[in-house]
Amino acid sequence: MYVYDEHDRQMAAERVAQFRDQTERALAGELSEDEFLPLRLQNGLYVQRLAPMLRIAVPYGMLRSAQLRRLARITRDYDKGYAHFTTRQNVQLNWPEIEDVPDILAELAEVEMHANQTSGNCIRNTTTDQFSGVQADEITDPRPYCEIIRQWSTFHPEFAFLPRKFKVAVNASEQSDRAAIQVHDIGLQMLRNDQGELGFRVHVGGGLGRTPMVGPVIRDFLPELDLLTYLEAVLRVYNRYGRRDNKFKARIKILVKALTPEGFAAKVEEEWSHIKDSPTRLTREAIDQFKGYFTEPDYQQVPDVKDVLATQRFENREFDQWIGHNVDTHKNPGYAIVTLTMKKTGTPPGDVSDRQLEQIADLADQYSFGEVRVTHQQNVVLADVRKDQLFELWQAITPMDFATANLNTLTDVICCPGGDYCALANAKSIPVAESIQRQFDDMDYLYDIGNIDLNISGCMNACGHHHVGNIGVLGVDKKGQEFYQISLGGSSHHDAAIGKILGPSFAREDMPEVMQKIINVYVDNRTEEEPFLDTYRRIGIEPFKERVYA
Amino acid sequence: MPDVITSDGSIRPDDWVVVPRPADGESLDIPEQPALIPADLWLAGKEHFEDRDDIGVWLDSHEEPEILAGVVNELPVIAVNFPKFSDGRGYSIARLLRERLSYRNELRAVGDVLLDQLQFMKRCGFDTYVLRADKDINKAARCLNFFTQGYQAATDTDEPLFRRRAS
Ligand code: HEM
Ligand code: SF4
Repeated sequence: MYVYDEHDRQMAAERVAQFRDQTERALAGELSEDEFLPLRLQNGLYVQRLAPMLRIAVPYGMLRSAQLRRLARITRDYDKGYAHFTTRQNVQLNWPEIEDVPDILAELAEVEMHANQTSGNCIRNTTTDQFSGVQADEITDPRPYCEIIRQWSTFHPEFAFLPRKFKVAVNASEQSDRAAIQVHDIGLQMLRNDQGELGFRVHVGGGLGRTPMVGPVIRDFLPELDLLTYLEAVLRVYNRYGRRDNKFKARIKILVKALTPEGFAAKVEEEWSHIKDSPTRLTREAIDQFKGYFTEPDYQQVPDVKDVLATQRFENREFDQWIGHNVDTHKNPGYAIVTLTMKKTGTPPGDVSDRQLEQIADLADQYSFGEVRVTHQQNVVLADVRKDQLFELWQAITPMDFATANLNTLTDVICCPGGDYCALANAKSIPVAESIQRQFDDMDYLYDIGNIDLNISGCMNACGHHHVGNIGVLGVDKKGQEFYQISLGGSSHHDAAIGKILGPSFAREDMPEVMQKIINVYVDNRTEEEPFLDTYRRIGIEPFKERVYA
Repeated sequence: MPDVITSDGSIRPDDWVVVPRPADGESLDIPEQPALIPADLWLAGKEHFEDRDDIGVWLDSHEEPEILAGVVNELPVIAVNFPKFSDGRGYSIARLLRERLSYRNELRAVGDVLLDQLQFMKRCGFDTYVLRADKDINKAARCLNFFTQGYQAATDTDEPLFRRRAS
């Protein structure tokens, strides 16, 4: 994992001093609300319905145990003792005091953390696949490139006041896309060309929100050394020509659509032709230096435990289910990837208490080289668990409520904070998630219906990624009443698609039943082994409509 | 007469004025004192100003600096207007003037210029700043230097941190 050097430390300290100065000037009335707004947003500070909200960056989802412990302490000392994992791999505090934020930032800086650019119209935290570096099918570990992008985008002097926020995601797996790159402003898919050289396929203009869009490809192969100059060209074209007259038309996707992807690509290529050999061009040495931070941990020779595991699974059904769902294949045969699910029914998806943060830190130290990854599905991954410790780990996490064996199933809901916390909400989202989790509480049934992405947002800002849920739920306001619109067929993976709206919206109390009907249509129509999305794609939306609105 | 801030944080009196774009049908009113006029109008009537060395131009944030290609260094001062501090196009305009069009003379930020944007402007090639009148000019030196270094190459340095680290 990346470790700060003296340069990073100095800039982090200067950033804290700067924000302290800005906060003091704001509190002294020297900065108007309007002027302070982008400054505090660039430090992750929103002012919300109930209290300010502070979003802390977790670069590409990686956390060390010491950082988790510090987060736990901060939630205790400055907040109400819990935090929230977000759909962009970050962490949010819901109740800090504005005056305390500089102190919180200072505490974060001590453990090499910050809240830079977690909000505002600038380049946000770069996200990636939570299984980076440990999965068998990846082109290369994307994290060094994410760190390169993080550093390039941090306090970039030209791009601090873009028309709108800007998000970059990187994926390096051939078979899967756990980073949802096609719904990002820039999505980078790593690949090798015919000569075996490493590079990126560049998607641009994806996004959710009001105008959901799957990002078209504007470059099939970008050599790795050209990464930053090309990003700079894209950002410059966007900064110059993106719309600034209408907030809802300001995302890069609107510009790409207006110019057409080909037209946009041509403008980028033109700009890039001037700067591709500028000093911003990466060097082989620099990339190697970054790669040096992401070397393999000290893997041990783990004895073959296939038989032991088989017996344990045979004798213990719940362990068997957990292995089947929450444990993934590691590139090293002695190890496994374990996802700790934060989705126990009754707790808001992604919420963790201070105590749980410390428990996760302890688990990381004991079982996974002291590191974890936050996922955009709001879970936490222990990426390097010895197979001979799986049973022991499972026993340890079961009482902590991290072993709910529902990963990727219908009840592994992605859900935004919604009306319980968020000033922009049309409707609550957490109670809907909970009522659906209760409806589908039979694990055998849940496994039978297989992997289904259920994503819930409390308004069209789409923090809960509802457009790309296989089933999406969107809170809408009808004459002051909370209603829920359902869409079907979305995907955030390699086959990215925006879901189609089923029809008129429903009252909250009807949601579990409606969801049940949707699942029933699937079960009645599926062929053997066919997942929900494939059935939907085969039979279309009509049969679902007929049943639900019958 | 407004003071201008220079990139080293010092403050000096200055008598350049920004001449607004005349309304349709009206002609440009050039004052006796050093004046910054809309760049396209200067281009259109360049020959009229040849006897004066105190005429510069200003670009608004939606204008293309490329219109000045080849003639930038005939100008003693180019100003870039920030109609609203949150309009970030001026940063790209500045870099293009410096890095693409090789402009060498004074580059000035005008308009909604606030303290917390000064260091970004400096990094993008500005060297003078007309702070909005209600802001405390004495805080400019500090705000120009919050950071002792940056991660990226920009107009102020050819050495991104990844190159400095390697050497
Ligand atoms: C509670 C306070 C929050 C507020 C006020 C808020 C506000 C917003 C707004 C206004 C947007 C839309 C911006 C646009 O489309 O240009 C947005 C997008 C987004 N938010 Fe939030 N959000 C909040 C919490 C969260 C949380 C907790 C998460 C994660 C669970 C989250 C994840 C996202 C994501 C992923 C998007 C991007 C959707 C896209 O690609 O367009 N937000 N948020
Ligand atoms: S989707 Fe809407 S309700 Fe949910 S967190 Fe985002 S802004 Fe708030």
